[in-house]
Amino acid sequence: MNVIIAKNLTKTFGDFMAVDHISFEVKKGEIFGFLGANGAGKTTAMRMLCGLSKPTFGMGQVAGFDIVKQSENVKACIGYMSQRFALYEDLKVWENLRLYGGIYGLRNAQINRKIDEMLNRLGFQAEKNTMVSALPLGWKQKLAFTAAIFHDPKIVFLDEPTGGVDPAARRQFWELIYDTADRGITVFVTTHYMDEAEYCNRVSIMVDGRIDALDSPKALKEKFQVSNMEEVFFQLAGKAKRKDS
Amino acid sequence: MLRYLLEKEFKQFWRSKAMIRTVLFLPFTSLIIYPLVASFDIRNVKLSIVDNDKGMYSQQLIEKARSSGYFRITDVSGNYRQALKSIESNKADIILEIPLNFERELVRNGQADLMVSANAVNGNKGGLGTAYLNQIISDFNTGIRTRLQQNPDEPIIPSMEILPLYRYNPSLDYKVFMIPALIIMMLTQMIGFLPAMNIVGEKERGTIEQMNVTSVKKFTFILAKLIPFWVAGYLVLTIGILIAFFLWKLVPVGFIGTIFIFASIFILAFSGFGLVISNYASTVQQAMFMMFFFVMTFIFMSGLYTPVANMPEAAQWFSNLSPLKYIIEVLRLIYLKGSSFLQLLPQFLALCGFAIFFNTWAVLSYKKSD
Repeated sequence: MNVIIAKNLTKTFGDFMAVDHISFEVKKGEIFGFLGANGAGKTTAMRMLCGLSKPTFGMGQVAGFDIVKQSENVKACIGYMSQRFALYEDLKVWENLRLYGGIYGLRNAQINRKIDEMLNRLGFQAEKNTMVSALPLGWKQKLAFTAAIFHDPKIVFLDEPTGGVDPAARRQFWELIYDTADRGITVFVTTHYMDEAEYCNRVSIMVDGRIDALDSPKALKEKFQVSNMEEVFFQLAGKAKRKDS
Repeated sequence: MLRYLLEKEFKQFWRSKAMIRTVLFLPFTSLIIYPLVASFDIRNVKLSIVDNDKGMYSQQLIEKARSSGYFRITDVSGNYRQALKSIESNKADIILEIPLNFERELVRNGQADLMVSANAVNGNKGGLGTAYLNQIISDFNTGIRTRLQQNPDEPIIPSMEILPLYRYNPSLDYKVFMIPALIIMMLTQMIGFLPAMNIVGEKERGTIEQMNVTSVKKFTFILAKLIPFWVAGYLVLTIGILIAFFLWKLVPVGFIGTIFIFASIFILAFSGFGLVISNYASTVQQAMFMMFFFVMTFIFMSGLYTPVANMPEAAQWFSNLSPLKYIIEVLRLIYLKGSSFLQLLPQFLALCGFAIFFNTWAVLSYKKSD
């Protein structure tokens, strides 16, 4: 079953075609890697799927809802973690979780139980009352992820979730991602790290707004006859005409 | 959903040190310092005396000017030219020149000339100072007239005296007129600028994106933003009314509840306007400049300093677009005249109109996607 369907999805800003007629599907429960160089159009494509940006052309469905006409329905069943840390720094850890739980319509008792459950799973209970501004980056990102999946969405969109954190924190973060996928939540993730691409069930590689390759990491390596995803990426991204922005 | 958003807004509000400082600091500066400085009462006009006569009458006249409380005699010059020099060096604002033989002319001919000449660079000071001085001279005139009446059989030259009765502000105290308006000005700064900074601040910090990707309703989101400002506005207003009472002994003649009814609509309207600005601005700095522009325009059009009736017709029409005009009118009328709610119904409807207009606009201009 496909939980994300994109058909000829396009976004232009003036003359600039940020996303150029991309089509793909994501299956339920998959970890789908969305790769590409800076400025290739990953974030724009993801924002369209989340209902944050309206496509110029083409159509998309997320969790069975049209991303243009039913964007509010889409929003109710997805989680999103933006590239830039977007939780409230002047709220405490539990207050941020409570806020997003409340917005997605969870009940008070449910929220309280869930906060403890999630913080225990993260080993983060001691920081429950810490002001978010006081957390180190790695923890902030784990918290942002927790907030994004707090309401048990069908799909979670992660935009470069591990940017700027150390390898140990990245590994822990991917454990969280696997854990989430095991619970049946589809994970749509963009990344720059090719070792992370290896962890995905399938990956797509965007070059200049188009999807130039889409398959499992294993199949892609075979196709390009290389030993790792990094080589695949270099071969494809090397063809890019667009300047790194 | 609203409950959780409100929890967030209130926590953020009270955790922000800048907010607390604003809420406390603003009423105090606005209502302790402004009434002292924003006054059109002219006092301590610096008077330069050129007394060429040096008689008893001229001494009496000078004494009368001195004791009026409006003038300080800062310069006594030997001649007019010298007095003019002290105006140039800013030692004097007005020259009163008493001519030679002033007393003799007065006694013999029943009339004498005096010269008043004022520095009108500050037109207000020059004009009012001259008017006060004229009043003093005319008083003096009436006084000596009766004394100079040499023949008791001669009919007394009739003279008219006007005793104005100033309703609602008997002592024409400028502070009484200004303080109700200053309360509103302070409220405007608070509930205009803070909402204007709010949504755009979330844009700058990036937190709005996380909000926009949820299924939060636009109306709920805006409402959750408005309510804290509403509470803060009430708080500031109460502090303002208390300062007006304790410091300036100013008690509204009308019902105090009416003030709060009107204020609640005004706060809603003006915070809504602030949120509109916030929606259109892309940086806090931009929002501040826009808000500054509008607040200045609204204040000058509102009749806070200059009566609306004095404005040219086109400007009078424009003044109807300033929500401040109505609320300032209302506060002055309640404070000074004791107008009732029904008498103020037109202003009430106007403010309701602004509240609906700005808040609908705020909801519509808040975009969850681009």
